[in-house]
Amino acid sequence: MSAFAVWDEGEARALLAGMGRGQDKVLPMLQALQARYGFVHAAAVGLVAAAVNVSRAEVHGVVTFYHDFRTAPPPARVIRLCRAEACQAVGCEALVAEAARLGVAVDGPPAGGVAVETVYCLGNCALGPAALVGGELVGLLDADGLRALVAGA
Amino acid sequence: MSVRVFVPGDAASRSVGAEAVARAFAAAGVEVVRNGSRGLLWLEPLVEVETASGRIGFRNVRAADVAGLLAAGFAASHALAVGAVEALPWLRRQRRLTFARVGVDDPLSLAAYRAQGGLVGLAAARAMGPAAVVDAVVASGLRGRGGAGFPTGVKWRTVAGAVADQKYIVCNADEGDSGTFADRMLMEGDPFVLIEGMAIAGLAVGATQGVIYLRSEYPQAERVMRAALAVARAEGVLGGGFDIELRMGAGSYICGEETALLESLEGRRGVVRAKPPLPALAGLFGKPTVVNNVLSLAAVPWILAHGAEAYAALGTGRSRGTLVVQLAGNVKQGGLFELPFGISLREVVDGIGGGTRSGRPVRAVQVGGPLGAYLPASLLDTPLDYEALAGVGGMLGHGGIVVFDDTVDMAKQARFAFEFCAKESCGKCTPCRIGAVRGVEVMDRIMAGQAGEIAVLEDLAALMTDASLCAMGGLTPLPVLSALKHFPQDFGAGRVAWG
Repeated sequence: MSAFAVWDEGEARALLAGMGRGQDKVLPMLQALQARYGFVHAAAVGLVAAAVNVSRAEVHGVVTFYHDFRTAPPPARVIRLCRAEACQAVGCEALVAEAARLGVAVDGPPAGGVAVETVYCLGNCALGPAALVGGELVGLLDADGLRALVAGA
Repeated sequence: MSVRVFVPGDAASRSVGAEAVARAFAAAGVEVVRNGSRGLLWLEPLVEVETASGRIGFRNVRAADVAGLLAAGFAASHALAVGAVEALPWLRRQRRLTFARVGVDDPLSLAAYRAQGGLVGLAAARAMGPAAVVDAVVASGLRGRGGAGFPTGVKWRTVAGAVADQKYIVCNADEGDSGTFADRMLMEGDPFVLIEGMAIAGLAVGATQGVIYLRSEYPQAERVMRAALAVARAEGVLGGGFDIELRMGAGSYICGEETALLESLEGRRGVVRAKPPLPALAGLFGKPTVVNNVLSLAAVPWILAHGAEAYAALGTGRSRGTLVVQLAGNVKQGGLFELPFGISLREVVDGIGGGTRSGRPVRAVQVGGPLGAYLPASLLDTPLDYEALAGVGGMLGHGGIVVFDDTVDMAKQARFAFEFCAKESCGKCTPCRIGAVRGVEVMDRIMAGQAGEIAVLEDLAALMTDASLCAMGGLTPLPVLSALKHFPQDFGAGRVAWG
């Protein structure tokens, strides 16, 4: 079961209407839509553009620039695995190989509703390898821990 | 038995099980305080209990240990006991100014903040008046802790002198450098000191609106900061002529660059602006804007409460005050340590850090994030200050130190520096956008044994250094060339032997 609401254009329009009209609201608006629906629906680009009176190209540019924005519904479970230097120093790349062995290639298509995605730094650099799952940080991650995360334990 | 137990709510502590520990104590009827982390991260979850003789610590506590700790009455003879926390050598050798309150109490208690000297700096600033505040920050010698090291007071003076109908204080909390987590720990452990620092900055330069730009990779910091802003508003710390809005980033390393950050705040792609104009004169929405790192702003309340001279009395050379070291990567005792500038890398890595976590020899340390130099073990006697690191071809950056053992392949690290730059470049200038991609390709050829490509690598690095618009493209060659200089055996012909 998805934690997100089903896309509803009328509802989305109402949500944006309460957020102001300045261009500076573009990121907060896209973030609010993604928080509610899990992704930025193709129709949302036009809604945001209209709400702040900029071109759709401007909004599309923002959606595609930032790594956070998704343009398709997310898998049920997203494991964001840190692959920056501090985690490299304690073997995060071995976890990338482990994920592939588990059938969930990092940054590849989701498998069984699970995706493992690269992130660069979660600020847990003294207790790496680190991952972020559902807003909670995981430290000292090893192969067993990754298996448990993939299994949803 | 009625005891108060402290279980850190810091994200790093939570990442190794603090939530379950706190729940187990609460279920047993014990009063639990969620403090910040002391920064001794290898001991986390570090549980503390109040006793008549001060707070006693217990290291690496798991939920399963809770019943035993309660049954033993938190005896100092317990296997997990570390003794009086304040007496631990790692805390005693520190000089905590900015982090004085972090880890001590509930970060969302304004009463606790006041009881530990909070808001004294703001009161002093109000009594002194704007011009005297700017003078004090200049006199303290405080330099920007985000990485560039520009004198904070000089920046404030520029904004204070600008004439405009609106000015802004922007806090750069987009702490993207790997190996750094001080901003996160401060926001999660003592958010009011940042709020106080921003309020002082607003008073000093005549700004009525502040904005914190926080990276989305820090959800716990977001929760604490949002709650702290609500408390500060309700208690009247904010709202009387100065308010702060929290804005979240959306996953972009380059938005830690101040002009890209401003673009992002204005609702556009995080593309770097050409300077001039300086943000101090034409920043957010074209208005005069102070853009400061979390640690720069959070240092200010102490400076005003204790005097610029007291701050300037610490440190060495032109690096005044304290340095917040973040020790990370392959290190046995990693964490956050605040000390006067001048301690050597070796004292930090071997002394405080206790060597590598793997137990193997240290081969390299990267200082200052992904754009910082890789230094070999032979340069570990370098003091940690802005000029000394520049003197060995490195940079201090935001104070992060990442330790690697002797299994590290430095050509791979050099390749990663380009790969990271290629992924995170904003794309505005060609040397960075194209150069990073070419850099990955050149490194692939070098790693395949084509030693002749090293000349191409050096040429490309020179071009990126000289012609890039900002530090992203301009400093990516720093890790690359330092790896090549100090570890030539990993490049070129010798590479074949490495495998």
